[in-house]
Amino acid sequence: MSGENWRQERKTLLATLGPPLFWLTLFFLVPLAVVWAYSFGRNVGLTEIEISGTFANYAQAIQPLYLGIFFKSIVMAAACTVICLVAGFPVALAITFAPDKVKAWLLLAVMLPFWTNLLIRTYALIAVLRDEGYINLTLGWIWKQVGLVLNVPPFVPLEMLHNNPAVLFGLVYVHLPFMVLPLYAALDRLDRSLIEASLDLGAGHFRTMMQVVVPLALPGILSGVLITFIPALGAYLTPDLLGGPDSQMIANVIERQFKRANDWPFGAALSFLLLYLTFVMVAVQALIQRRRGAR
Amino acid sequence: MSAPGDDGVLAAEIADAQFGPAEVSAAVATARPRRNTPGPLDYLRRWPLQLWLVIVGLFLYLPLITLMAFSFNDSKRNIVWRGFTTDWYVKALTDSSLLEAFGNSLSIAALSTIASVILGALAAVALWRFDFRGKTAFEGAMAMPIVIPEICMGVAMLVFFARIMPWPQDLVWPFNLGPIVIAHISFSFPFVAVVVRARLASFDRSQEEAARDLGATDAQAFRDVLIPHLKPSLIAGALLAFTLSLDDFVITFFTAGPDTITFPVKVYSMVRFSVTPEVNAASTLLIVLTVLLTVVALRFQNPKEVAGA
Repeated sequence: MSGENWRQERKTLLATLGPPLFWLTLFFLVPLAVVWAYSFGRNVGLTEIEISGTFANYAQAIQPLYLGIFFKSIVMAAACTVICLVAGFPVALAITFAPDKVKAWLLLAVMLPFWTNLLIRTYALIAVLRDEGYINLTLGWIWKQVGLVLNVPPFVPLEMLHNNPAVLFGLVYVHLPFMVLPLYAALDRLDRSLIEASLDLGAGHFRTMMQVVVPLALPGILSGVLITFIPALGAYLTPDLLGGPDSQMIANVIERQFKRANDWPFGAALSFLLLYLTFVMVAVQALIQRRRGAR
Repeated sequence: MSAPGDDGVLAAEIADAQFGPAEVSAAVATARPRRNTPGPLDYLRRWPLQLWLVIVGLFLYLPLITLMAFSFNDSKRNIVWRGFTTDWYVKALTDSSLLEAFGNSLSIAALSTIASVILGALAAVALWRFDFRGKTAFEGAMAMPIVIPEICMGVAMLVFFARIMPWPQDLVWPFNLGPIVIAHISFSFPFVAVVVRARLASFDRSQEEAARDLGATDAQAFRDVLIPHLKPSLIAGALLAFTLSLDDFVITFFTAGPDTITFPVKVYSMVRFSVTPEVNAASTLLIVLTVLLTVVALRFQNPKEVAGA
């Protein structure tokens, strides 16, 4: 752009940047900043919070009880991510090498549950897993058929809901598409001739996957891992609806501080610890990405 | 906001990628002399992978399909099939609080979509066109609503509307939805910005310069050259924002006052009590809506598919 319409350009910049910047600041950064400030505050009276610069909330947050819940959330999210990666990789692979038409359908098939309301999907799982759910119903029916021939004790429904495995099952169910889509995007960018070369040179399919495809697609795999891990770590609905009393994750504890226990400063400290954890994950991924880029 | 929306980026990437190597492989596939033996890269034609796809497909779809099927079940207990009925739909559609919640959700989604598209497009244009001080910081801040866990954003909104900007109670519709709409815009417009920016990358600036040389003002060039180019991404971004808003539970749960109920919040309170066919019917309606939106969104992101259909 030539210098004469510098003023004009500046006006355009203000006109385009102004509204989103204003919105982001007022309705996102300010609320976050307030939560951050509250995390250094303490309750005085019922609704007053005095920002006293105390670290007491963070000290409370690293007590064994809450540290344990943090640890548990990380383990759950990690387990969910690993299962999604193992289950999703072959799916992404199949989609990548599918013929064009099939590929479009498969992608649609992965995206539809992804778009479906999270609450509805969780509700659907409850209907499957509960005591009188479809799985137990089927098992009960089989049991009854067996009972006609053999003498068996009455059927006791498997308890598949309100426990930790149910939460993990739910997390995988919800987050699997999160993993498949970035994996597919990464695999689709690969140079196929490299895979063919590896196969031609005598490596088996498994070895080709491990030694050629996975290293080449690593950035995509990492972003898939991140995209799955972060929401799984902060999952609220799944442990709330599918979990039992002992399967709370960190988001449930945060919710309780804000909605029931009314200890906002402590809840704020927990939220920010979760946020810092998220930032660390993003930073690590960016670092790995950059190191690979530098090579 | 959780990652759902990275699919905006992804969808764009996927749409781009689809015209690349896929065509080559299709060509290779047809060139192969014997089509009955799978080629080395025809992973889809190997049975272990096919089996795996079927298992994953069942895992993803069986719960949803049973949910939909049982919305037609003529039994209150919702367990054993007792015959076909549409009573639950009648019941769901005459349940005034459910309808109100559904109406609220659609209004919120519509309002938030309009604002998100405008803000997102403006942000994308600003980031694409200008270098300004603090650009990296702004980009980082724009990525935050996409990355941070929903619960963190939820509590931030709760605190904000409780202490910093208290929203008056008992306002008339749609003003009573204000806080929810504002919260939804905050997590939706960065997604729109990502989608629009991806599209801007393919814009040929000489077109705009030509328009200006031919006497168009800035505003005219923007309206008649840039906007038409961006149109597919604006539509895709709008659909993304709409679905994100319709889908959101956690942030709404924290932002909603006691007297504003959205569809997910309503379903949540119903689910807490019991599993009833009425919830199945209401869910089925929402699923159908989602499917339609997704199909439309994919059509707009993938012009080739439209052409081929």
